[in-house]
Amino acid sequence: MLLIKCPYCEEERPELEFRNAGEAHLVRANPITEQSDEDFAAFLYFRQNPKGLQFERWRHIHGCGRFFNAVRDSVSDKFLTVYKAGEPRPDMQPQLSPAPAELPVTKRSPRTKKVEV
Amino acid sequence: MSTSTHSGSNRIHGAGRLTPAKTVRFTFDGQNLTGLEGDTLASALLANGIHLVGRSFKYHRPRGILSAGSEEPNALVDIERDKSRRQPNVRATVQEIYDGLKVKSQNRWPSLTFDVGALGDVFSPMLPAGFYYKTFMWPKFAWKSIYEPRIRAAAGLGVTPGEPDTDRYSNRFAHCDVLIVGAGAAGLAAALSAASTGASVIICDEQPEAGGALRYESAVTIDGQPGYEWAASAITKLRALDNVTVLTRTTAFGYYAQNFVGLVERISDHLSSPALDMPRERLWQVRAKKVVLATGAIERHLVFANNDRPGVMLASAARLFLNQHGVAVGRKVGVYTSNDSAYAAAIDLKNAGIDVPVIVDTRDNPTSAIVDAARSLDIEVLTGHAVFSAGGKRRVSSMSIQPTRGGSERKVAVDALIMSGGWTPSVHLFSQSRGKVTWDAANERFLPGTYAQDCVSVGACNGTDGLQATLDEGLAAGEGRTSPIVATNGTEWTGGMIGSAPGAGADTSVKAFVDFQNDVTAKDVRLAVREGMHSIEHVKRFTTNGMATDQGKTSNLHGLAIAAEALDRPIPAVGLTTFRAPFTPVTFGAIVNHARHDLFDPTRETPMHDWHAAQGAAFEDVGQWKRAWYYPQAGEDMHSAVNRECVAVRNQAGIFDASTLGKIEVVGPDAAKFLELLYTNPWEKLGVGRCRYGIMLREDGFIYDDGVVGRLAEDRFHVTTTTGGAPRVMHHMEDYLQTEFPHLNVWLTSTTEQWAVIAVQGPKAREIIAPLVEGIDMSNEAMPHMSVREGKICGVPTRLFRMSFTGESGYEINVPADYGRAVWEAVYGRGKPLGLTPYGTEAMHVLRAEKGYIIVGQDTDGTVTPHDAGLTWAIGKNKTDYVGIRGLLRRDLVANGRKQLVGLKTVDPTIVLEEGAQIVANPNQPVPMTMIGHVTSSYWSENCGRSIALALVIDGTKRLGETLYVPMPNGVIEVEVTGMVFFDEKGERLNG
Amino acid sequence: MVELAHATRLHPLQAGNPDVASASVTLADNATRVSLRSRADAVAALSGTLGLALPTKPKTTATSGSRAALWLGPDEWLIIDDVDSSVAADLAEAKVLHSAVDISHRNVGIIVDGRGAAAVVNGGCPQDLSLKAFPVGAASRTVLGKIEIVLWRNAENRFRVECWRSFANYAYAFLRESARDVAV
Repeated sequence: MLLIKCPYCEEERPELEFRNAGEAHLVRANPITEQSDEDFAAFLYFRQNPKGLQFERWRHIHGCGRFFNAVRDSVSDKFLTVYKAGEPRPDMQPQLSPAPAELPVTKRSPRTKKVEV
Repeated sequence: MSTSTHSGSNRIHGAGRLTPAKTVRFTFDGQNLTGLEGDTLASALLANGIHLVGRSFKYHRPRGILSAGSEEPNALVDIERDKSRRQPNVRATVQEIYDGLKVKSQNRWPSLTFDVGALGDVFSPMLPAGFYYKTFMWPKFAWKSIYEPRIRAAAGLGVTPGEPDTDRYSNRFAHCDVLIVGAGAAGLAAALSAASTGASVIICDEQPEAGGALRYESAVTIDGQPGYEWAASAITKLRALDNVTVLTRTTAFGYYAQNFVGLVERISDHLSSPALDMPRERLWQVRAKKVVLATGAIERHLVFANNDRPGVMLASAARLFLNQHGVAVGRKVGVYTSNDSAYAAAIDLKNAGIDVPVIVDTRDNPTSAIVDAARSLDIEVLTGHAVFSAGGKRRVSSMSIQPTRGGSERKVAVDALIMSGGWTPSVHLFSQSRGKVTWDAANERFLPGTYAQDCVSVGACNGTDGLQATLDEGLAAGEGRTSPIVATNGTEWTGGMIGSAPGAGADTSVKAFVDFQNDVTAKDVRLAVREGMHSIEHVKRFTTNGMATDQGKTSNLHGLAIAAEALDRPIPAVGLTTFRAPFTPVTFGAIVNHARHDLFDPTRETPMHDWHAAQGAAFEDVGQWKRAWYYPQAGEDMHSAVNRECVAVRNQAGIFDASTLGKIEVVGPDAAKFLELLYTNPWEKLGVGRCRYGIMLREDGFIYDDGVVGRLAEDRFHVTTTTGGAPRVMHHMEDYLQTEFPHLNVWLTSTTEQWAVIAVQGPKAREIIAPLVEGIDMSNEAMPHMSVREGKICGVPTRLFRMSFTGESGYEINVPADYGRAVWEAVYGRGKPLGLTPYGTEAMHVLRAEKGYIIVGQDTDGTVTPHDAGLTWAIGKNKTDYVGIRGLLRRDLVANGRKQLVGLKTVDPTIVLEEGAQIVANPNQPVPMTMIGHVTSSYWSENCGRSIALALVIDGTKRLGETLYVPMPNGVIEVEVTGMVFFDEKGERLNG
Repeated sequence: MVELAHATRLHPLQAGNPDVASASVTLADNATRVSLRSRADAVAALSGTLGLALPTKPKTTATSGSRAALWLGPDEWLIIDDVDSSVAADLAEAKVLHSAVDISHRNVGIIVDGRGAAAVVNGGCPQDLSLKAFPVGAASRTVLGKIEIVLWRNAENRFRVECWRSFANYAYAFLRESARDVAV
C-alpha cells in the first residue's frame, strides 16, 4: 500500500483513502461544441500511459475529498510531487536529468498540443 | 549417558533447555507420543526416534526432517484440531506441540511406511523434469478428462480442508520508526540501540523466542552471559519498554512499497485450548520509517546421491535439536561438510555422548582450530573426501565415502547424517523491497547490494561474518546506544560449496536432490539446460526448482550453480530468480482477517427495514442495500404477491420504501448554473417548489444517471440519483465542480441517509396523507404533479415531493431518517383501511415498465444516448454547454442504425419474454443469425392483463408495428414493436 | 446478631481487570450535525456565528461547550452539537456565502474508549494513530475496514467514530470484533 501526500491535508496518508482519477491536464475545450472530432477524440479517449513519469489525477476521496495532481514514476511507483488542482504542470526536467534513459516515451496519439491550465 | 524415556528415547538428560517434567501428549498417525513443552513437532518426533515424516511430491520417496526452521521443505504434515480447523502442509519444524495435538502424515496411501505411490520412484527414469509438459500433450481431449484428474489425484501436497474455517483472524495497522525483522544477535542489538533513542520500535521473530542462532551456538558469551541467556534478558528488557513492541511467532512475509511490511503473528497455533476471544492469527500491516533486516542465513544441504533419506539433515538443525530441545537426532551420527560450521555440531553431539564416527570434509586442507578440536575428541576427520551416497530407505543406514579425487569406497554405518554446504544469507525480504542483490564471488553468495527503500541489512543476511561484527552492525543500524556489546567465542561460518557435490556431477545419473519438496535433482536441472532453458527463470519453471511452498530457501543457489555450470557461464550472468512474497505461506484467514461473515461486506438497511422484515417481506440485494422485494401474504408466491401489489397501487394506493435513492443537496448561488452543466435539462427557470426529471450524461454522450431534482430555494436543490449510482454520481459531480467549474459558488452534500423516503402512490394517496400533513396545501392546484413543499408530517419536518415513478398520482415523503419508521407506521395505519398496500421493488419495476419509465443500468448499458432512450425531450434545446453535449454530436451517435428503446408485445399475450433475449428480423435465416436487438425489461403486467417488455432494437422507433422474432431454445416467439407506454398512455392519472 | 455482609458479584469488567476488554465500544447519543462549507473569506464570520473558531489547519478541531467543529477539508467542516442545538438556526442567520446542510440523521456516532482504543480503531483504520501523528483533538475522514468514517480523538484514549447510518451496524460490529482482539 502506497503512502500518498495530499497537498490539502499536507501529509502522507495511506493509499486506501485515495482514488486514482486518470491522466492529468486534459483540457475540456471551451466552447466544447466547436471542438473538432479529432481533438474531442483525443480529449475523450487517447491517453499517454508512458513508462516513467505519469502526470495523474488523484482524489483524497476518503479524506478531505479534494482532487489533486501527482507526478508518479510508473517504474518505481514513487510519487515525485503532488500539487493542487488548477496549479500548472511542474517542470520535471531536473528530476529526469540524472537518468535520461528513463525519459517518458514519446507520444503516440494524434492528440494536439494544448495550453495547460 | 542416561536418557529420559518420558518424552522420547532420544532425549538426552541434561541437554537442552526444556523442563523434563512438563510433558505434552500428542499423536502422529494415530500413535500416542509424548514430548516436552517447548518442543516443535520435529524435535518431539525425533525425540521419539521418528525420522520418517512424509512422502515426497512426485516420487513419493520417504522423507524426514531436513531443518529446524521455516525453510523446511520435507516435513510437511496435516494438523487437525477438529473437522473445521484442519491445516495441511504445516512444517513440523515450525509447529509447536501442545497437549492433544493431532498430526497426520501426508502424501501417502495407504500408510506412511507402505505407500503405493512410491512406485513412481521405481519408474522415475520415465518421469524427468518437463515430463508432464511433453507427455500429456496428445490427444488433446485427454488432458481434461484423463491426464489432469489422474495427475491431480496422485500429485499435490496435502488435502484441502473441506469445512469452513471456524477460527477467528484479526488485523492491526501499525506505524513505527524502526521495524526490525529478526531477533537474533543482530536484530536484538539493533532493537536495543534504536529503543535507546526513544524511537518507536517493532521487533519480530518467527520463532517463539528470541536468539536466532544463539539458541544453538553453545560456546558463545555476550556481555558475560551465555548467548542464549543474553538474548532472553535483552528481549525481556525490550518488552518492558513503552516504545517497543515485541512480536514473537511472527513472520515478516512481505516487504512492499514505502516500507510497508506484512507480518503474520501466530497467536494460538501452539496452544492446547485457545481462549474463545483469541484469534488464531493476526495480520500486522506495518508502516516503518526505517526497516532493519536481521533475517540471518539459512544453511544449505549438500547435493549427493540419496541425500533425501530420512535422517539426513542440516548440521545446524541437529545442533538446535540438541542444545535447545535436548534431542539427539541419532545415536551414531555421520557428518558431511564443506565448511567449518558442521564441526561445531559434531563437537556438541560428541560432548553429549553421541557417537560421531566420522566427519567427511570436501576441503583438502581445512586449517581452522575447530578441525583440531574435533580431532582431539577422537572424531575421525576425512578431508578431501566426499559422501557419494547415503544408504537406507526409510532411514539412513550408512554413508559411502570416497576421496574427492577418486579412490576406494568406504561404507560407514550411521543412523543419522548431518551435513553443511555452507550458509545462504536470507536476502528474501531485501529482494522483495526491490533492492538489487550483488554477487560475492569470494564466498559464493548473493548479498544486499543497492537499496531501494530506507532499509538496512545487518548480520548474517548482510554477509557479515562473526558475532562481534554482527553486534556492532546491529548497534549502528539502531542509530542509538553507542556503548558496545561484547561477544566472546563468537563463531564465523563462511565458505562451503554450491552446486552438486562430488559423485553427483554431470557424468552421473544419481538422484541427488536440489529441491526436496518438488523432487528436483541435479540431473533435472542439467536436463533443463540441455532442453534449451538458458535463463534461470526458464530453468525454474521447467524443473519447478524453488517453486514449492518453501520457495527454494535451501535449493535456489544449488540449482543456479548447477545450471551455470551446465551453461558454462558465471553465476551472476545466469541470474537469480526474483524473491516474491510471501516468505513463508500465509493463511487466507490472516489475509481476510475481520472481513468474514457479517463483516465480509457492509449490509445497508433502511430505517424501515425491521418493519418490512416483520411483515414477512422478501428482500432483494441492490448493491449493499437490502430492499423489500415483495410482501407475500399467506399462500402467495412471488408472482401472485407482485400482481396483487401492482393492482392495489393502481386501484387504491401503495406504500413503498424509497430511502435508498441517492440524494445530494446542491447549495449556493450558482447551484442552478452548476446543474445546467451536469444535466441535459434546463434548470435556471425551474421555479422554487417545482421538480424536474433530469438526465445526466458522461462526456461521451451516454446516459450516466437520472433522477428527480427539486428546487427548495433559489440557491438550494434536492437532487436524487439512482440507488446504485449515488456514490459515483457524487464523485462525478465533485470532479466537475472541483476541476472544471471551480469558479462556481456551490457545494454538494450527500444527504442519502439523512432522509427516509416513503413513497405513497395511487388514486388514494392524497386522501391518505393529507390529514397527517401540516403547513402544506396539498390541493391539485396548489401542489401539482412535480412539485415539492416543506412542512410537517406527523409533527416532524418533511420535504414532501409530489412525483411518481408509477404513473399514478403520488407523493414521496422525505423525513429525517430517525423518524422514518414512525412516520411510515402512521401513514400505513391511516391508509390500511383505505386499501393502502405495501409494495416492493419488483412491483415498482413492473409499474414503471407499464409506463415506459427507464431504469438506468437495466434499460441502458452505458452506450445509450437520451435520443436512443426516447428522452430527447429532456435535453435543453437552447443550452450551449453541459457534460455530454459534445459527445452527443459525434457522428456515430446521430447516425442511423442505432439501437433505440421500444416496447414489445408478444403476439401470444401470455408469454413473458426473457430479459436479455436476442431479437431477429427473420427467424428463418441460417445460424448465426443477425441479431438486431435485445430485451431489457420484461414482466407480466396484471394491470394490462398481458406481458409487456422493453427492448433496444436497431432503428426501433422506425419499426413501430413491425413483427420481430425472439428465437429461444423452445421455439421462436413472435413480437410486435410498440411504443414504450403500456398503461394510461396519455398520463392522465398523474394529475388525479 | 451479626450483620451479614452482602458481597455483590462483580463482572470481570467491573473488577477492573486491565487485560479484559481494554476498550469499550458504545453508541454515542443522538446529536445535531451540520455539514458546513465555505470559502476561506467567510471563515471569520462563520466562526463568529458559531461561537467557535472554525479550524483551518488540516486534521484539527475546535470545541466550545457542547459544540465542536471538525476540519474535514479545506472548505468543509462537520459541526457536532447536542441534540437540541441551535446551530442550524444560528447558521441560517449568517450573511456570508456558505452552505449548511443538516445531516443530524445521516450519521451515527460510536465511542471507542479505553486503554486499547487506538489499537481497536487500528484494527481497520490504516492511519497512524500515535499521539504524535494523531494527537488529542485531531480528526479526519478516513476508512475503517470497508467503510468510510470520520475519526475524532477527543481524549488520549477516546475516539469518536462517525459513519453514515446504514454503515453503523458494520462499524459497530467491526469495532466490537477488533476490541475482542485487543483485549487478548
